[in-house]
Parts: sequence; structure tokens; C-alpha cells
Amino acid sequence: MRNLWIFINKYNAFFLFIIFEISSLVIYIKYNSFQKASFINSTNKITGGLYAQVNELYGYLSLRETNDSLAKENARLRTQLKASFYVDSVNKKQVKDTIYKQQYTYIEAKVINNSTNRSNNYITIDRGSLQGIGKGMGVICSSGIVGKVVFVGPHMSIVQSLLHKDSRFSAMLAKNHEIGYIEWADDLDPHKGYLKDVSNNAQPHLGEEVVTSEFSLFPAGIPIGKVSNLHIKTGGYALNMEVKLAVDYGKLQYVDVVVNKFAEEQAGLEAQQKKNE
Amino acid sequence: MNRVILINFLRFISLIFLQVFLLKNITLYNLSTPYLYIMFILLLPFETPNLLLFALSFLMGIIIDAFYDTPGLHAASCVLLAFVRILFISVTVQKDGFDNEPEPTLSVMGTRWFFTYALILTLAHHFFLFNLEVFRLSEIPFTLSRFVLSSIFTVFLMLLSGFLFYRKRKR
Repeated sequence: MRNLWIFINKYNAFFLFIIFEISSLVIYIKYNSFQKASFINSTNKITGGLYAQVNELYGYLSLRETNDSLAKENARLRTQLKASFYVDSVNKKQVKDTIYKQQYTYIEAKVINNSTNRSNNYITIDRGSLQGIGKGMGVICSSGIVGKVVFVGPHMSIVQSLLHKDSRFSAMLAKNHEIGYIEWADDLDPHKGYLKDVSNNAQPHLGEEVVTSEFSLFPAGIPIGKVSNLHIKTGGYALNMEVKLAVDYGKLQYVDVVVNKFAEEQAGLEAQQKKNE
Repeated sequence: MNRVILINFLRFISLIFLQVFLLKNITLYNLSTPYLYIMFILLLPFETPNLLLFALSFLMGIIIDAFYDTPGLHAASCVLLAFVRILFISVTVQKDGFDNEPEPTLSVMGTRWFFTYALILTLAHHFFLFNLEVFRLSEIPFTLSRFVLSSIFTVFLMLLSGFLFYRKRKR
């Protein structure tokens, strides 16, 4: 017994190394899926609070750009107003419209932590379950799609951005509605994505717009980017192309979380159908 | 003794702030990212007990992880770094020299020794970190180039800060 104690004491560095290394690897493997994300992330009080404060400071540096993008969005929305259309039918009847029912609502949120330079990037926003945010909701900004909510705290949430190895969203070519999926390019360039698995009879050309499809978390037609290269080597039988992303992820300031009113119904139905099979 | 604790505590706090709020946003050509915070573990005094050394490395890693949203990744790399540090110091430094050489800083140990020390420890840390982060062999050339270029950046910053806080040795 005494010899064993001496042995352990002599090589204590090695045994301590083993103990600490195993415990940190256990944390890494257990919590990295974000399914059971622990308090060790940026939604807790200390880290989240610090990020929020520093972000106040950063906010001043990009006021001009935020202003510009808001002004642009205002202009775009104003063109959709009824008042800006010329009415060319003389007899105008008031029809009470019951066809439309609101499907999507949006919760605006401020980005308090962001990264674009790692192989898995996350964004922290300052809205949480108390404001009605739930896991799996889509996130967009004024110029395009941002990502998906993966972890919700009471006041903050973590968004898995498109710049993540596991991010994959249904997308289509805007003109001929050919469906594929969009994912991040594999060389960590925050301005590049790949549109994959597009059917072979689509004839895409450079500069064509890529938007979200009807099957994604987002409303259809939200811009993603523009086709920038038609010939990339990624393998597979379908068409793959490179997309220049519309959103500058490094400069995100304000985002909107998409709340789909029918998401629960859809998920319930699909789960039931799976059970029946 | 109290002075040593105070200095290391201040170094701990300031390196975390520097890493999380400044260096986190710096990347050169999508390849080179500095992780200067490991300098805290490098500069702990020679006499630090092993248990304390591992505990501090683990703590440092977990705090950085909390800010980077990667629970365990930096902690694992830092613990490995602490182990390599113990091996390196036991091989290169005589045990009698501890009295007048309390800390492995650049001004105390000289440029050549500190450069080798920083280089080897940074390489070990970054190699483990980048490979654990990606965890697949298919991107090995890209991961390796990130690892090499980031290590160069980190060592450069370490030497820079070493010379910045250079103090002439009292004889």
C-alpha cells in the first residue's frame, strides 16, 4: 500500500493529467451537441452580461451601416404599401378578406455575441423563452437568412448560424424553383456557401438568385445569395454550385426570429404519420 | 509571495479580456487565429504545485470555453498544455535554480530558452485544439495549415509581449 502511494506520488503529474484530461473530454463530448447545453456557454449571466455590455460599445462603431440597411429595408417595405400602388380599376369594392391568415410572425432581437472565424459558429441573441422564442425556429435579418435557434435560455438564446458544419437549409433557384439545399463552403470563408443536389435539368447561370424554398424553416423566397461559380468539385450526381452569401455575417446587428404558427401542427402530424408506419 | 499571486491574478483577468473581446475577432485569411490566453499557463511560477497547475489550466480553459460556446474544448487543450509544460521544464531546467529564477518569463530565462519553450508548448496546444475542434481526417491539409499559421501568430504575440514587459535582470 505504501509502495503504491509512493509510486502515485512520484508520477503525480501524469495521473493528474489523466484525471483532468478525461474530465474535460467528457464535458466536450457530452455537451458539444448542445442538446443538454450546460451553464458553460454564453447564455449564462456572467458571460452573456459581459458580451451585452461590450456589444453596446461595438454598436456605436457600426451605426452608419445599421442605419443604411434599415433605411433600405424601409424603402423596400414602403414600396409594398397599398398607398404606393396606382389603382387602375375605377370601381373599387371593399372586400373583407378572410382568405389570409397570419402564418409567420417575427420577433426582433439584438445580436450580442457573434463569430465567423471558427469551423462551428454560433450567435447569441438577447431574446429568450420569456419573449416567446423556441428551439428550432429560423432566424433571418434584413438581407437574408441567418440560422436556426438551438438553445433557449430565459432571456437569451443561441443561434446556430449558417456558418456551421451541420447547418443545412432547403433552398431553391429563384427563377425556375429548382430545389436543393444550401450549406457552408468547406474552406471557412464566411462569404461562400454551396447549393447542392439541384436536379440536373436545371440550367443555372452566374448571378442567379438563390432563395429559401417552401420546405425550410423560413417563409419561401427569403434571399440567401447569388450563384458565383457553376463548376465546383464536390462529387455526387446532381448539380452543385457555389453561392456568394447575401448576408455579411461579421456585421450582424439586428435579426428577426421567425415564429411559424403552424410549425407545431406540422411537426405533430409528421410525428403521427411516422408512428403509423 | 502575495505579490506573485496578485500579478498572476491580474494576468489571468487581463488575458481573458484580451482574448475574448479583441483576439476572438481577429483572423488572418481565415487561417490564422491567435490564442494568446495560454501565456498565463506558460508564465506561472516554477514552484507551482502540479495539482494547482492543472486546476488553474482547467479553470482557464473552461472560462474561455464559456465565452467561445465550446464546453470542454479549450479545457482539454489547456490540460494537455500543462502536462507538456511539466515535461519540458523537468527536462530543461535544473532544480537548484529555482531560488533566483522564480518565473519562466522572457526577461528571466533569456530569449533563446523562452522562444523554444513558447514554440513547443504552443505547437502542442494548437495541434490538439484544432484537431479536436474539427475531428475529422478529411480536412487534414486545411487543419494543419491553420494549426501552423495560428501557432506562428500566437508565438509572435508572446514574444512581443515578452519584450514589452522586459525587465533587466538584477544581479
